[in-house]
Amino acid sequence: MTAASITVSETPLVLYALRRADDALILGHRLSEWCGHAPMLEEDMALANMGLDLLGQARELYAYAAKVEGKDNTEDTFAYLRDVRQYRNLLLVEQQNGDFARTMVRQFFYSTFADLYWRAMMNSRDATLAAIAAKSEKESAYHLRHSSEWMVRLGDGTEESHRRAQAAIDDLWAFTGEMFSVDDSERGLIDAGIAVDPETLRSQWLKIVSGVLGEATLARPANDWMQKGGRIGHHTEHLGHLLSELQSMQRTFPGATW
Amino acid sequence: MVNHVTRDMELRQRAWDAAAQVVDPEIPVLTIADLGVLRDVSVHDGEIEVAITPTYSGCPAMNMIAVEIEAALERAGFHKPTVRTVLSPAWTTDWMSDDGRRKLKDYGIAPPQAGSGRRALFGVEQVACPQCGSTDTETLSEFGSTSCKALWRCKSCREPFDYFKCH
Repeated sequence: MTAASITVSETPLVLYALRRADDALILGHRLSEWCGHAPMLEEDMALANMGLDLLGQARELYAYAAKVEGKDNTEDTFAYLRDVRQYRNLLLVEQQNGDFARTMVRQFFYSTFADLYWRAMMNSRDATLAAIAAKSEKESAYHLRHSSEWMVRLGDGTEESHRRAQAAIDDLWAFTGEMFSVDDSERGLIDAGIAVDPETLRSQWLKIVSGVLGEATLARPANDWMQKGGRIGHHTEHLGHLLSELQSMQRTFPGATW
Repeated sequence: MVNHVTRDMELRQRAWDAAAQVVDPEIPVLTIADLGVLRDVSVHDGEIEVAITPTYSGCPAMNMIAVEIEAALERAGFHKPTVRTVLSPAWTTDWMSDDGRRKLKDYGIAPPQAGSGRRALFGVEQVACPQCGSTDTETLSEFGSTSCKALWRCKSCREPFDYFKCH
């Protein structure tokens, strides 16, 4: 027996909270996959710590989405009982860990964005979102610092670490544009002062990324063609595999607790 | 009416005192009052509601702290107390009491530097070794055994130590 997927009434605010929650959950899950496998003990702890922060942010956002939706859904059903097409995360965060450089590049791109995003969201007219942002912003600052330091260490390290970091940047660059895209559902919330307009963060994001890459002797890709689709449920093949692991217990033993 | 108000104040104080005894499961020398995690205690028609605030979003100690508060209040004679989590204003290490900082240091954990803004983290921190007091120290790992700690090392006495991160 397997548990059926839930249905979600995606009003603009519910969808908005779910998109941010899904980013945090999926990236947090990816980081948790490193647990016990990181190149050194300190890094194992760092990746697990960052994953834990992201999981905490996801829980707060799911709980809020559930409250706004006002139906039977909970933070758990959002995480465990939505199928891949119902997930609304950025394509960037579902990309596989690959080697350590790839994990760090993915983290660096996302953390640079998240740090700016949460800080802007602290001014939201929605008190709950502003409160979640105020907590998350402190955490993202640590993630940004940690991943920035690794960018420099890898890029300006050995020939091999440089090559791997550059390859990861070149591969993941096409997934960064989606962070700044806005659809009609979100436009209304931006106009109401509830959501953050990511377009206003783009130049700062580029400036931070370019600065760190420069220090790391790494190159910013010239190709600016961008991939998208995650926000409307069109994912890469990797998310389904991730969810099959994340959800296997609840799908197999519906409602299981311990 | 006056009696009711006085009674509620007494109840609130008793409930606060009971909740304030609960310790952080990861740092058992600190109570949740020392940490600033205990935010508020209120009384409605004789029912007690306790508000706590998380240090870090994903801190797994929060569930345990909530359960311990309920148990402490029931031991103190309060029936069916409720514990709710508040996020705003966001917790910072500046809320940690001076007493709490002293207890942390005695326990071997360097306390967070009072009054330092988080953005100051990007500068160089001067963390004193909780064992020997030397400031000749260095970071081993930004992330430690719990969300709220980093791992440092003293270059004078050569001992590693936990540092409670500024937040």
